[in-house]
Amino acid sequence: MADYKEFLSKVDRKLYHEGEWQWQEGEYTVTRTHQWSAPGCHNACGILLYTKDDKLEKVEGDPLNPFNNGKLCMRCLNLAEATNHPDRLKYPMKRSGERGENKWERISWDEAYNIIVPKIKEIKEQYGSHTIVGVHGTGRNINWQLPYFYNAGLETPNISTLFFSGFACYLPRVVGAAAVTGEFVIVDAAVGQEERYASKKWTVPECVIIWGNEPLKSNADGFLGHWLVQCMQMGTKFICIDPRLTWWASRAEVWLPTRPGTDAALAIGMLNVIINEKLYDPEYVEKWCVGLEDLTARVQEYPVEKVAEICDLDPEKIRKAARIFAAAKPAAVQWGLAFEQQLCCMSLIVAVCDLFALTGNVEVPGGMIMVRNAFGTQRNYNCGEEWLPAEAAAKKLNGDAKGIEESSIVPHADSNVILHALETGEPYPIKAMWIQSSNPLACPAMDSPRAYEAMKNVEFIVYADPFLTPTAVAFADIVLPVAMGPERNSVRSWWTPLRAMTKACSYYEAKTDEEIVVEFGKRLNPKAFPFKDDIDFLEWYITEDGNWPGTFEDLRNQGWAYWDYDATYYKHEKGLLRPDGEVGFPTPTGKLELAPFMYYQWNLDPLPFHLEPPESPISTPEVYKDYPLILTTGARSYEFFHSEHRQMPTMREFHPDPLVTMHPDVAEKYGIKQGDWVWIENHRGRRFKQKANITLGIAPQVVSAEHGWWFPEKEASSPALFDTFESNSNNVTLQEVTGQGGIGNPIKSSLCKIYKVVEGVNDSVSIGEQVVRGDYRDGK
Amino acid sequence: MANNKYGILIDYEYCTGCHSCEVACKKEHDLAEGQYGIQLTEIGPWKINDDKWEYTFMPVITKLCDLCAERTAMGKVPTCVHHCQAWCMYYGTVDELTEKMTGKTRAVLITPEQ
Ligand code: SF4
Ligand code: SF4
Ligand code: SF4
Repeated sequence: MADYKEFLSKVDRKLYHEGEWQWQEGEYTVTRTHQWSAPGCHNACGILLYTKDDKLEKVEGDPLNPFNNGKLCMRCLNLAEATNHPDRLKYPMKRSGERGENKWERISWDEAYNIIVPKIKEIKEQYGSHTIVGVHGTGRNINWQLPYFYNAGLETPNISTLFFSGFACYLPRVVGAAAVTGEFVIVDAAVGQEERYASKKWTVPECVIIWGNEPLKSNADGFLGHWLVQCMQMGTKFICIDPRLTWWASRAEVWLPTRPGTDAALAIGMLNVIINEKLYDPEYVEKWCVGLEDLTARVQEYPVEKVAEICDLDPEKIRKAARIFAAAKPAAVQWGLAFEQQLCCMSLIVAVCDLFALTGNVEVPGGMIMVRNAFGTQRNYNCGEEWLPAEAAAKKLNGDAKGIEESSIVPHADSNVILHALETGEPYPIKAMWIQSSNPLACPAMDSPRAYEAMKNVEFIVYADPFLTPTAVAFADIVLPVAMGPERNSVRSWWTPLRAMTKACSYYEAKTDEEIVVEFGKRLNPKAFPFKDDIDFLEWYITEDGNWPGTFEDLRNQGWAYWDYDATYYKHEKGLLRPDGEVGFPTPTGKLELAPFMYYQWNLDPLPFHLEPPESPISTPEVYKDYPLILTTGARSYEFFHSEHRQMPTMREFHPDPLVTMHPDVAEKYGIKQGDWVWIENHRGRRFKQKANITLGIAPQVVSAEHGWWFPEKEASSPALFDTFESNSNNVTLQEVTGQGGIGNPIKSSLCKIYKVVEGVNDSVSIGEQVVRGDYRDGK
Repeated sequence: MANNKYGILIDYEYCTGCHSCEVACKKEHDLAEGQYGIQLTEIGPWKINDDKWEYTFMPVITKLCDLCAERTAMGKVPTCVHHCQAWCMYYGTVDELTEKMTGKTRAVLITPEQ
């Protein structure tokens, strides 16, 4: 809809009860709120919940909400099915059989407090609070709540997304971009403007590069991918960098199907064109950037022809993309998870920041804008760290990390060091784990069989989730039922506006993450939890930690609140970015640092470079001979968010099986037909199986697999564990292989071969069984 | 002669294949597995030339569609149009939609039985 004003003029504001947060519509109570996990996603779209007798009956997108304008993706459209799902956990339970037997005994919340609290206290006293590891998932309704609980309640410095080696998700982009710009930047799709696309201050981006992600399917990092479809309808041109022909690639001016793991080389090649052809913005660079000389010297080491060879691309296309991007005013880059999931992650981030800095696109309308979480609700993974006792903080599992990991910019402990502690008891054994809204075995755990083995060594595991997952069955001693989105009061501010979530219904004894945090926090460390209840806790976050000038109730009544700061452009010229109030950027030099000073500080090369993936046609040619395909993992779909939604009949109707995507040439060579089950195997004898999806829309040397699959319809008990090891793309990935500074993991660029699953020939022993038996090789 | 019959216009150039229309319709009408008031078709991808690909999604409206009679009676737009994430669906009279179609190269106008 190019005409946003027409859309606004047609919305019937009376029919949609503008200004009200709850009303009656026939037999239904309608609640105006936002949906954010569970089930999850990184956003919080405006939604109207229709409830009857405390039960969610149906939903509709809220057309008055500027964040999503009433649009919903299929996951939220299916919210009633998810919320009322019969498999949901209804009560707290304690394990009554051996781990993995899937035998449980219902207990009350009081019993749960009485078992867990003394046990945690005992571990704290006997071994120290640092021997507890706090685990949380991504983007869920837990991103400041659980860190607060882990820091202040468990008093542990060891907080992690667990087995996610190399911090390979988002955090590096945040940290790397902050080194260049002083803060974080996102594509300006008018998200900071309450009038959105109709705002007079906003400009349509002329060009956007979609780089290493499919934002339509992932909606990652607080950014709704479909905002960019609006931009396209208003004239934005696209460049797409992805080995897959995504929707964007098929409509792009240039599609660059770069070889997985070579994005940094490509970025340097583009910088080479822009610098040598003098296509950058000289005035902007002169005024606002520093480091061009050093960068100019470095890019000479990467002539376009050489880059084209590294990336398997046509050099003319690289030039064309660079020229289109540099000529466009304004231009922006929508970057994704592929950035972290390669070895030279930190190098790639600086190179891409240099691309939009040199071309004068930072803090301009329609370019890359510097955003903060609305009303200063800024803390996430470091929330509550002021309560962490110094002696526990000193024992943070980040090994002998120097540089970047040592800095408090990375609040998490190092997953590799935690793994080492689990496996060897060094530097100290891990005594307990608290896992909330995460399913490591099915999803984030790289080398999932190794993670499975390592977790066996933890004596006491508390697990909180809406569903019984493979990880829960395998390891939980106590299971706590977590409420779904419609059942909770909460707030959301990634990035803007500040949004309220309002409880509209309830489900048996499930409690919200906030309620669980407050209830256990009070019992474990009362002085750090002076909160009466969940709402009191939320109010502290938005008004004391942040600067929302009202109460939670005010926010709920109003629904959402836009923030002037995020709506302001050219903040660097207005002295709004630096603590000293001077003009410029909040970096040590006050400028955009093309070779950032912080990188020196962190012992990283501040200038971009290419590093071959550790397994590739070039770095391991002998492996490549027998494993001649490049495997990239983690492909998203509209139906699922990570390991969620697999138990929803509607989602499985659309997407019944895990899919591995390959080019017809590849399929033909290996005798594979559309819909065949195939094994994807690597040289370590590790494999997983998915169904063949054959398409011309992928680089012919690449196969792309999905992640997060488990099968809630299958046997729960061990060794099956809902068949979580059958199709798990993390059967073949590795932990402990990281890039500079311990950052980045090459899980999107390894080598594999593929072959058909043939009944009775190579399917005799289930992978799950092998994993649990411990002789996981060759599937024979 | 004025045509005030209601219909749906789909500017499928921008349809992303997100399935929202299909699921919205299924939920509104409580349709069984395998049944759709609107169902996506996918064409391609295939290569036209070095810089150009064919990769098109187009939802087809079936005989199960009642143009969301209950919703439209209340003054709401059909749920598929309401939720379409790519903003590529429009609801209106044939006259309004024909006008909207002008200049578009890949759009279809459907007037389900009503
Ligand atoms: S992006 Fe989809 S799942 Fe996420 S909040 Fe919006 S509609 Fe819901
Ligand atoms: S208008 Fe028709 S196709 Fe669209 S949701 Fe309603 S019944 Fe389904
Ligand atoms: S909702 Fe819109 S964009 Fe999504 S599939 Fe349907 S028509 Fe296409």
